[in-house]
Amino acid sequence: MELTVTLLLFFALVGTAVAIALVRNLFAVVMLSGVTSLLSALLFIVMDAVDVAFTEAAVGAGISSVLMLGTIALTARHEKAPKRISLVPLAVVSLTGMVLIYGTLDMPNFGAKDSPVQTHVGPDYLQRTPEEIKVPNIVTAVLASFRSWDTLGEVTVVFTAGLGVILLLSGLGRRRRRGRGPS
Amino acid sequence: MMFAFITITIFVCMVMIMIRLFAGPTLYDRVLSLNTFGTCTVLFIGTVGLLFGRPDFLDIALLYALINFVGTIAVLKFFRYRRIGDAPEIPETPDIEASQ
Repeated sequence: MELTVTLLLFFALVGTAVAIALVRNLFAVVMLSGVTSLLSALLFIVMDAVDVAFTEAAVGAGISSVLMLGTIALTARHEKAPKRISLVPLAVVSLTGMVLIYGTLDMPNFGAKDSPVQTHVGPDYLQRTPEEIKVPNIVTAVLASFRSWDTLGEVTVVFTAGLGVILLLSGLGRRRRRGRGPS
Repeated sequence: MMFAFITITIFVCMVMIMIRLFAGPTLYDRVLSLNTFGTCTVLFIGTVGLLFGRPDFLDIALLYALINFVGTIAVLKFFRYRRIGDAPEIPETPDIEASQ
């Protein structure tokens, strides 16, 4: 049953990708890319990666659609039809796809018990979390306690980026208003 | 068996919505179909959770409903005002001026 659902979702994903390649109206392309990220979020949920799925839905269907709509407002609404079919990009994309599929051949199966993910440090975290950290969620224990320096660094990076964006945007608005004269 | 049937039905609905999104002549067809696709995603998460015996997916489905709502509001606001952030300082059409 799980395989059937996964296959259906993958077929829908491929269909959406082909539709994005065919459609020339860029609004439709933005909406279809939102559908693509919702479908991949569903795939992540079927694979039990709920947090990744939520990030995918928030960033892919939410923020990036809005950003792409803003880009469309600044540029053009319709894509120009290609004058001739160029084969080199198609060849590059197919080759990259084949290399990526070849790279997955060595990987252990999805959810395999003897994969390095399950045998390396995972059991140690599972064993030590209830006694040392006393947090019911193992992921929270790993992020907030075992790797807390790493998380602190990430939070600092995100905070600095947000601060920079806020400073840039507020400065731009003030300059524009001053340029238009007293109002 | 019942949940499998419901899942397949919702998937068929999603495919039909995608066809409308692909073919939809006007802008609003596409916005509405994206919104409906998000709603179908919420339903799909719920039924898949029940199908695989993990009903704790239901609260995640609620979060998706919130994202879908906010996203649709953002897209519609963009279509109305041609920008994302503040309301326009110079109204471009008379009916915006009247509403302010």
